[in-house]
Amino acid sequence: MTKLLRKIFLVDLIEGLKVTFHYQRPKYIYTEQYPVERPKVAERYRGAPRLNINPDTGETLCIACNLCALACPEKLIVVGSERNEQTRRKELTTFTYDVSRCMFCGLCEDACPVDALELTQDFELASYSRDGQIWDRQMLEEGPRPTRYNY
Amino acid sequence: MGPQHPSTHGVLRVILKLDGEKVLGTECVVGYLHRGVEKIGENRTYQQFAPYVDRMDYCAAVSNGLGYCLAVEKLLNTEAPPRAQAVRVILTELNRIASHLLWLGTHALDVGAITPLFYVMREREEILNIFEKYCGARLTTHAFRIGGLLYGLYEGFERDVKAVCDLMPPKIDEYEELLTGNRIWIGRMKRVGVLTPEDCKAYGVTGPMLRAAGVKWDLRKAQPYSGYEKYEFEIPTGAHGDTYDRYLVRMEEMRQAVRIIRQAVEGIPEGPITAKIPKVIKPPVGEAYVSIEAPKGELGYYIVSDGSLQPYRLRVRPPSFVNLQALDRMARGALVADVVAIIGTIDIVLGEVDR
Repeated sequence: MTKLLRKIFLVDLIEGLKVTFHYQRPKYIYTEQYPVERPKVAERYRGAPRLNINPDTGETLCIACNLCALACPEKLIVVGSERNEQTRRKELTTFTYDVSRCMFCGLCEDACPVDALELTQDFELASYSRDGQIWDRQMLEEGPRPTRYNY
Repeated sequence: MGPQHPSTHGVLRVILKLDGEKVLGTECVVGYLHRGVEKIGENRTYQQFAPYVDRMDYCAAVSNGLGYCLAVEKLLNTEAPPRAQAVRVILTELNRIASHLLWLGTHALDVGAITPLFYVMREREEILNIFEKYCGARLTTHAFRIGGLLYGLYEGFERDVKAVCDLMPPKIDEYEELLTGNRIWIGRMKRVGVLTPEDCKAYGVTGPMLRAAGVKWDLRKAQPYSGYEKYEFEIPTGAHGDTYDRYLVRMEEMRQAVRIIRQAVEGIPEGPITAKIPKVIKPPVGEAYVSIEAPKGELGYYIVSDGSLQPYRLRVRPPSFVNLQALDRMARGALVADVVAIIGTIDIVLGEVDR
């Protein structure tokens, strides 16, 4: 008898819909509206590489020791340097980083003795060509500039 | 069937011999995702190879990293300090939950239940957030280094882990409420893809599939590593060795994983996080095999060292590849629709099958 009444009054359906509407509460919305709402990634996030510059002098922190290039499993870092005849020290000239082959393992930043190379929280790395994925020194120092959308 | 078929969990191609809807025989064509990981290992130094192992079983990258690090540590004859071991256990068990959640979602999706996929992704997100905060990556984590850990715990790690521990059991109950008693689910699962304990041993099947057949074998208990002997947990087993039992075993394993994490996070010992290892890893001549209980089964790393900077030979024993070999045994005599359920129940990751 109760079974019949349950069927007549669609009790099971209502119970099911209760669960459905329970998840409609704003508290349970997990979707991020991506270009408008940018996710805040963790502090340790391993994203786009950056070559740090000394904020006081504007000079690069990199000492051209080549350790990052040796540590990289994909061998995608090429460090160019030349010896300054006056100070007898190696100075950085070029620095290329092939982001298209990078797997963001973080071994290069571990290897860096002066914290010059760092993987940052920037994660928008798309570009229109493969050449655009090969970053030179200027790009590494300035960081990627993803398009910002204003709605 | 495949390699583009969505239910093959990647790029698996299965040649089916059919009589109408009945499967007379199957043949797997693997290798679409072959990247030659073992060969890459021979051309990289020991530290450099560590990120590559994450890319084999990408659903359980942390477990892969643990197995590799343990193998190299065995070669070097060192052991990670207690604090590192406890953190390793926490992260691998979190990864076990994440891997089983993804398995549940995709497996349910394969047999026609769409809701669980969204549910499990929601909870998996919480676990991946912990990984992101801890080591900076969500999927291919590269969380462990040879000899211990690189990253110390971030502030609030314990709180986050405990929150997941509190979150998971009611959510697992919720999934079970959806699926366990569901008539369609039972109809698709029961007596499908039966493997007897003898079959499992003959094919070398390990992990939840072996336990569902009723064999109480778990490497965490049989050959404890990374301090697993300190924690209390049960080995869930099934009785019939069918797809339904494998589902129940995995659900119970998630609960047990929560239990292990609770015990581990309560008493993370203080101390250093890395053992004393040289900066340039150059193990002595020798060989080492270490196997761990990955979410999918026994994951083994066999490394031969010739005393140089790079391994002489590196071999991986992937659980997915070995378990996949039992597909023919399970699918013979079943219907085509059951093949989808059976592939799902093996819980393969093609990155690991093809390597």
